[in-house]
Amino acid sequence: MTHEKPAPDATPIVSLSKLNKHYGELHVLKDIDLTVVPGEVVVIIGASGSGKSTLIRCVNGLEEFQQGELEVDGNTLLPNGKATRALQKIRTEVGMVFQQFNLFPHLSVLDNVTLAPMRVRGWSQDQATDTARRLLARVGISDQANKYPSQLSGGQQQRVALARALAMEPRLMLFDEPTSALDPEMIGEVLDAMRELANEGMTMMIVTHEMGFAREVADRVIFIDKGRIAEEGPPEQIFDAPQHPSTQSFLSRVLKH
Amino acid sequence: MDVTFRFDWQAAFASLPHLVAGIPYTLLISFGGLAIGFFIGIFFGLLRISPSAWLRWPAIVYIEIFRGTPVLVQVLFIFYGLPQLLGGPINALVAGIAAIAVNSGAYISEIVRGGVQSIERGQREAGLSLGLSRVQTFRDIIWPQAFRRMIPALGNQGIISIKDTSLFSVIGVGELVRQGQIYIATTFTALEVYLMVALLYLAITLSLSIALRLLERKGLVGQ
Repeated sequence: MTHEKPAPDATPIVSLSKLNKHYGELHVLKDIDLTVVPGEVVVIIGASGSGKSTLIRCVNGLEEFQQGELEVDGNTLLPNGKATRALQKIRTEVGMVFQQFNLFPHLSVLDNVTLAPMRVRGWSQDQATDTARRLLARVGISDQANKYPSQLSGGQQQRVALARALAMEPRLMLFDEPTSALDPEMIGEVLDAMRELANEGMTMMIVTHEMGFAREVADRVIFIDKGRIAEEGPPEQIFDAPQHPSTQSFLSRVLKH
Repeated sequence: MDVTFRFDWQAAFASLPHLVAGIPYTLLISFGGLAIGFFIGIFFGLLRISPSAWLRWPAIVYIEIFRGTPVLVQVLFIFYGLPQLLGGPINALVAGIAAIAVNSGAYISEIVRGGVQSIERGQREAGLSLGLSRVQTFRDIIWPQAFRRMIPALGNQGIISIKDTSLFSVIGVGELVRQGQIYIATTFTALEVYLMVALLYLAITLSLSIALRLLERKGLVGQ
């Protein structure tokens, strides 16, 4: 772990209490209690369909929940997704990187990055462009600014997506399996950019299958099994001495090869 | 009996100035109607995909009625029927434009619906996650992409509506077919004149096809 460890008693930026989510009959998230403090890097692992993506998608309101409470940076979201002002504020302060990149194909790389700061933050074109160029340089894409997303490789697209989210100067970043759609040779460049971000002290919630990366950057690892937090703790504990049988069996399956 | 018929090129060309006088009406009715139909189509197309059944149902009813009845009946209803309700005559040109508007509007509603629904859910999620409002997400992200995908279908509808205006000769608008009929009534050169009428329609629809192809190619940049 290269970044400074966050103070565990700091005021949480994210707190979920007794959060429950149903898709019709399916009980996807069960009594989730979770807090994240500023500067903390939380990695969420678990089998496919365990609810880990759904969990972080609840944090910025892309998924509704039915019971419980969710607070992000002082804004409270209520069950059943009433479109509130709080939701808008949360989304302004929380960035997200998706598995499928979701870049805007009709806009150039630069316009992808400048759109939200201009529309939402009211920045001038110049200010947004300066910031975008700085961020694109940081993720190593500065020479592609005028290209369109389809002209870039998957790894480059995901780095643009990271720059796009960072342009809003978020207080928290969500990553929903950011490397799962990438060819193996491009995973490293995206993880490098995320590692750098973690070292700068960004608060991050990451859903990933990259266990080596999780062990390296996480302050805390959360293992989700069938919609429930089965176990959580520092990476050494989760990876080297897992307590819960479901954690043990999951890790033995993913770490074997 | 040995019948030889000579196609009278001279008669054909002689009819042209007369026929061309109908083109402004044909264009006015079709493009006027299509322009209004486009906005009707955006309106009902978006209602049609609303999560609220109260908004969705009026759109479904509108689309089914105007897509499920012939445009000829629609224009006869507007031109001969509505005046009985309104107590005054309706200008034939206005009736023609109105008929194309409500008819193409129904089809364009479905084109808009399909176009918007074809955009991957992740685009909307990306917009919302950046803090854009739902309206901004639609206007800046969904609509520009959806519109590009709609261009071929819109072009198709444009061509259909242009041809539909030929039916409006029955209410006496002096469009292309009506001009042809008037001319034939005195010259009895149906073969030549209707061929010319057909070629003039073809000239209009081909121009539109080519223009759309260019637009489409331009729109593909960066996709």
